[in-house]
Amino acid sequence: MKSFLRVVLLSSALISSFASAVEFKQVQANESTVTFGYKQMGVPMEGKFAKFTAQTSFDPAKLAKAQARIDIDLASIDTGSEEANDEVVGKPWFNTKAFPSAGFVSTGVKALGGNRYEATGKLTIKGKTLDVTAPFTFQANGTRGLFDGVFTINRLDYNIGEGVWTDVSTVANEIQIKFHLVLIAAPNKK
Amino acid sequence: MDTPIQRYNNTAMALHWLVALLIFAAFPLGIYMHDLPLSPTKLQYYSYHKWIGITIMLLVIARVVWRFTHTPPPLPAATPRWEVVVSHITHLALYGLLIAIPLSGWLMSSAKGFQVVWFGVLPLPDLVEKNKELGELLATVHQGLNVFLFLLVGMHIAAVIKHKFIDHDQILERMLPKGMSK
Repeated sequence: MKSFLRVVLLSSALISSFASAVEFKQVQANESTVTFGYKQMGVPMEGKFAKFTAQTSFDPAKLAKAQARIDIDLASIDTGSEEANDEVVGKPWFNTKAFPSAGFVSTGVKALGGNRYEATGKLTIKGKTLDVTAPFTFQANGTRGLFDGVFTINRLDYNIGEGVWTDVSTVANEIQIKFHLVLIAAPNKK
Repeated sequence: MDTPIQRYNNTAMALHWLVALLIFAAFPLGIYMHDLPLSPTKLQYYSYHKWIGITIMLLVIARVVWRFTHTPPPLPAATPRWEVVVSHITHLALYGLLIAIPLSGWLMSSAKGFQVVWFGVLPLPDLVEKNKELGELLATVHQGLNVFLFLLVGMHIAAVIKHKFIDHDQILERMLPKGMSK
């Protein structure tokens, strides 16, 4: 009886691991983007970060084990204007000499129904770490997994834009951060 | 000089002086803001400059419509033929420039990746895609057209002075409200 139970347990464990045999792990850097939108004197602007790294593992069947870590090279910023690119690496903005990167580390992922999920995590910019919540969609396309999400931060919460730039009537406080990550599924070895 | 002065009507005068005032605001602002280091003030000045420019363009379009639907007060009968021709050409060029300059600025703004949002409220469509080379070309065009504007406005004012103080005619009075001239 004991051995029978063991077989049942083992096989069910095996089956469940087969059922979730795909885990999306390998981030395709050349297809993934981290962009942001903001308003300047009421004018919508778009920018992007050219360089970032992401380590993620996501299996829709095992959300409790989902993990994401994204590190952004802040000096790779393109704000949409050259003059602003020179400005935002400086002390009042990102101060990239002291804080070269910004990072997001997930603390949990929950399902919102359908292909919609919500990641919570800690966002660190310029030495300040705050909790953020980022809703995203996930679409599996064969071995390719597409993650698309957007969330809003207030730049002043992270002291992005100090001194005269704290005036949010010129550069708005709200910054929409959009991520589009393409991950390739790796067979789950466990 | 006892014949009554034939003046432009109130609409034409209002449009003329309002546009004149806005040019005297936008032109020096454009030169000044260009060399400012990036700051919130610079971003504000650029926006104000664009808002004023688009306003000038709309007012000048209204002026052109007015001009096509009304007969301006006649020039003094003694005006030499060459002066009539030169004044017509100058006015035509001023109208053209006052539409072309804001338009070139609007296009430049689009090409440089900044949509124009009139008074921060009304977004104007980007008529061209973001394009660095085109943006620089349009900046040169915008500046070049402004040199012409500067020269033509100078000519326009010089002509007013000539008519007022040398010819002693009533060219200027045509564009002044009744109370402002005897």
